[in-house]
Amino acid sequence: MRSERSRAPVALKLAATAAILFLHVPLAIIVLYAFSAEEATFVFPPPALTTRWFAVALAREDIHAALGLSLRVATVATLAALLLGTLAAAAVWRSRFFGRDTISLLLVLPIALPGIITGISLRSAFGLLEIPFSFWTIVIGHATFCIVVVYNNVLARLRRSAFSQIEASMDLGANGFQTFRYVILPNIASSLLAGAMLAFALSFDEIIVTTFTAGQQSTLPIWMLTELVRPRERPVTNVVAVLVIALTFIPILAAFYLTRDTQDVAGAGK
Amino acid sequence: MSAVPFAGAARDSVLHRLSNALYLNPRALLALLLVPPLLWLGAMYLGSLLTLLLQSFYYVDEFSGKVVRAFSLRTWGELFTLANLDIVVRTTAMAAAVTVAAIAIAFPLAYYMVRHASLQMNALFYLAVMLPLWSSYLVRVYSWKLILAKEGIVTWVTEQLGLGWLLNALLSLPAVGGPSRSTSWLGTFIVFVYIWLPFMVLPIVAALERVPKSLIEAAADLGAHPRQTFRTVIWPLALPGVAAGSIFTFSLTLGDYIIPQIIGGSQPFIGQAVYLHQGTAGNVPMAAVMTIVPIAIMGIYLTVAKRLGAFDAL
Repeated sequence: MRSERSRAPVALKLAATAAILFLHVPLAIIVLYAFSAEEATFVFPPPALTTRWFAVALAREDIHAALGLSLRVATVATLAALLLGTLAAAAVWRSRFFGRDTISLLLVLPIALPGIITGISLRSAFGLLEIPFSFWTIVIGHATFCIVVVYNNVLARLRRSAFSQIEASMDLGANGFQTFRYVILPNIASSLLAGAMLAFALSFDEIIVTTFTAGQQSTLPIWMLTELVRPRERPVTNVVAVLVIALTFIPILAAFYLTRDTQDVAGAGK
Repeated sequence: MSAVPFAGAARDSVLHRLSNALYLNPRALLALLLVPPLLWLGAMYLGSLLTLLLQSFYYVDEFSGKVVRAFSLRTWGELFTLANLDIVVRTTAMAAAVTVAAIAIAFPLAYYMVRHASLQMNALFYLAVMLPLWSSYLVRVYSWKLILAKEGIVTWVTEQLGLGWLLNALLSLPAVGGPSRSTSWLGTFIVFVYIWLPFMVLPIVAALERVPKSLIEAAADLGAHPRQTFRTVIWPLALPGVAAGSIFTFSLTLGDYIIPQIIGGSQPFIGQAVYLHQGTAGNVPMAAVMTIVPIAIMGIYLTVAKRLGAFDAL
């Protein structure tokens, strides 16, 4: 429907601008508060600006631990999702089999259903099987909803790549593994990277499933949630909030630029 | 590309023979590809979901307070008490209100993006919607705690404008207000709309982008007023996108328990009830029942949405 850019009615322009401001002003306010010199309240406008809370937050052991755990979980969950998502995409691409459509549904289910359902069912399953909470229980939860992100990206790319290249490679005597390594992998590399970036951001930021599968461990979002429910040092929380914004925006922007010239921009569907 | 990588393929190497076997046997290859993801999602994830469903038929013994692992419909019966139905109705009403508000805010934005923004502007708008979609859920909820705080920016702005009385009047309304901004219904509602808005914008953009330009021109040529064109051509074609977006906003609101916990009053939503039942109360069967409620509501909702063609726009 993209037409020649006609002049927009003023009301429409205002409504669109207002919607974008609504989405982003709150984030800007968080950044502002991270520099506020006020310690005890959320007073606006901040009486003075300071950068000292960044130093305080960066020196905190509990934040180090939570950040470290979050980064490790996101890395391992992303790797698992990369493997499983690519396998599923390869299986669905170019083959017909019984229940093929169900696979897509199955993959989408963990993010289509409210997170609390995934969380509580995993928790109750861990409980029944008497699996203690550990690093791996968090990873299992995260990988489950990250698979679909990789799957979507890789499948979209596979569908647009030419099968004749693969046939040519086979004709020239390459075996299946060589064809994968030298033909298929270079073809899907950027979509793998984009999928991985999005999966990483999704995992790094996740709170709802994590509260059910973490036990006593504290990822960065869990650390933040405890601070929100029982505030101890508000300025430090503000700094961590800014840190989280930065650490999730970067991979998403990267995923966007990796796929922007293609038909299906990463992140179009969550 | 040089021929080096292929030259190394000894005809009788193990890999080569394996590759040939798989090529001749596509079913085996398919099985190899499918088994890991299916084991993960099918066995682990679906298995967990089914265990949860199963546990909804257990019940908590009133005297010992322990979960009895025997089939019973007792826990399901408890769902239909006034207190629990109240939670379900309140959550569904909130989900519906949030969905309507999200459509009202998202549609003009999506329409502007598709019809009027230049290509560069469109990419910028797209990023501006996508970034909040993927990131910082908790931080974005937290931002409203800062905004709605008693000493925060809302107070400051209304005082500058001399509108403090209006805010207080709004908060004293029965169905909308609450004891303070960050514990009022209005507060919870605003945060829900804020958090789920991107989920509504992107499907509508996708739907609008697929409206053929020729149809709009044809409507204009046939003498339709722009408003008429919108009502009879654009809106019906955009409806699948709206329906797809509403699936997200509706489902996400039904299951969320973080937002009303941070910005909200004392009366719980479904998500909070689930959380409390499985946590401190130790009543996993009741939590399971309460988890199935949003699934059931979503089932009904999806059936209706499917009729409207919502899945074409996903």
